Amino acid sequence: MIKLVDLHKSFGKQKVLDGLDLEIEAGKTTVIIGRSGGGKSVLLKHIIGLIRPDSGEVLIDGTDITRLGDRDLNEIRKKFGMLFQEAALFDSMTVGENVAFPLREHTRMKEEKIRRIVANRLHAVGLTGVEAKMPSELSGGMRKRVGLARAIAMQPQIVLFDEPTTGLDPVMTEAINRLIIETQKHFNLTCVVISHDIQSIFTIGHRIAMLYEGKIIAHGTPEEMQVSRNPVIVQFLAGSIDGPIRIM
Amino acid sequence: MNRVAAALDRLGRVVLENIEETGKIFLLFLSVLAWMFRPPLKLRNIIKQMEFVGVKSIFLVVLTGTFTGMVMALQSYHGFKMFSAESLVGSTVALSMTRELGPVLTSLMVTARAGSAMAAELGTMRVTEQIDALYVMAANPVKHLIVPRVIAGFLMVPLLTVVCDFTGIVGGYFVGVHILNINPGIFVKNIIRLVELNDIYSGLVKAACFGLILSLVGCYKGFNTRGGAEGVGRATTEAVVLASISILISDYFLTAIMF
Repeated sequence: MIKLVDLHKSFGKQKVLDGLDLEIEAGKTTVIIGRSGGGKSVLLKHIIGLIRPDSGEVLIDGTDITRLGDRDLNEIRKKFGMLFQEAALFDSMTVGENVAFPLREHTRMKEEKIRRIVANRLHAVGLTGVEAKMPSELSGGMRKRVGLARAIAMQPQIVLFDEPTTGLDPVMTEAINRLIIETQKHFNLTCVVISHDIQSIFTIGHRIAMLYEGKIIAHGTPEEMQVSRNPVIVQFLAGSIDGPIRIM
Repeated sequence: MNRVAAALDRLGRVVLENIEETGKIFLLFLSVLAWMFRPPLKLRNIIKQMEFVGVKSIFLVVLTGTFTGMVMALQSYHGFKMFSAESLVGSTVALSMTRELGPVLTSLMVTARAGSAMAAELGTMRVTEQIDALYVMAANPVKHLIVPRVIAGFLMVPLLTVVCDFTGIVGGYFVGVHILNINPGIFVKNIIRLVELNDIYSGLVKAACFGLILSLVGCYKGFNTRGGAEGVGRATTEAVVLASISILISDYFLTAIMF
């Protein structure tokens, strides 16, 4: 479904992706872990075509999106939803208008139907009656939930999550994790999650991939990762400062 | 010798960067033109921006026009009195406002108010990933964000210029007639005699060009912001400075072409 082949990407002199290969299984949640500033967000943006690699292929259902023009790329993007780190809600619009945005942009649905879908999606993320609120009136956790509702408004096949629980308290973290699990199951989504919250990783991930020095050095089930002997993985999962991963 | 070379290098780099930026802004203009006519037209966004740029600048423009007209009357009176030509104060104010001060001062005020807001708003959207969110949802940010603002600038600045011209003439009349005791009949008669429609139209053509410049520059700077809050602040300042300078420079060339 999603296949990254030999991706290379540099920003100036800094090499961020250095021959990265990764295959994301359909219908499952894959969590990508790695150091802060290690290129996880850059990787995620390659999957949706926000960044083009210096070389390599990004295959979505067999189509290499790095070669597509804007119009074809937009057609592929309709299969995706994305939850950004700070939710990226449009602050000049209400919650309802935010969630309705993709529906108004890409469909000719009547307003009444759009309102019902918006209410349904907000209900699915545990929010009701907030359509008239502005994003600035919401807490961080509520903004993320609205962001998720917007990401699933068009019933996409693939949803990308950029650090969904970063900055949230433990209770809200658990609530968001629960939401990701339920949404993934209910809509049979392929989820790609970036996180460095170890607890969440093992809660929500069907597969875990570790990004280190521009490559995927390990990719397996949570159980396989937990018994891994790779010193990088051992150090990262233990949250230890001793090991091959240098403090920068 | 090294210092001279280094200074030339810096100068060359600045010139090249500015040429590159001018080119990029022109490419943005072409992109705006391309997206402007592609349906569906986002009428609601356009009207919202027209209200922001136009309606909400009226008070500022009235103040600008009135006081400019008043000071023009005062300044020109003292000069004309030496030749017993006080009766020409009215037409001088009117010609100055319609041909030059109306379009330029209106545009500079709108740049400071609306041009800076465009840069700040788009800059903030860029650093909070809202523009990325538009791309991800297969929506084009130029169509949604920039086209409405450019249309608003292009249409509203000439209309605001009309307001500025009018209030400038009224302000000039007030000072000329009630403070400087110029004969009101002659004041008005000379305006009608000496101001031609061409003076007003050419001022409005300039105003439309300036409106285009300020909105394109504001949107370009905001859209290409990098680097958090500091980046937004920098983009806003650069937008106002670049738009203002561009307006003043293009004012000369447009005036030379039209008159």
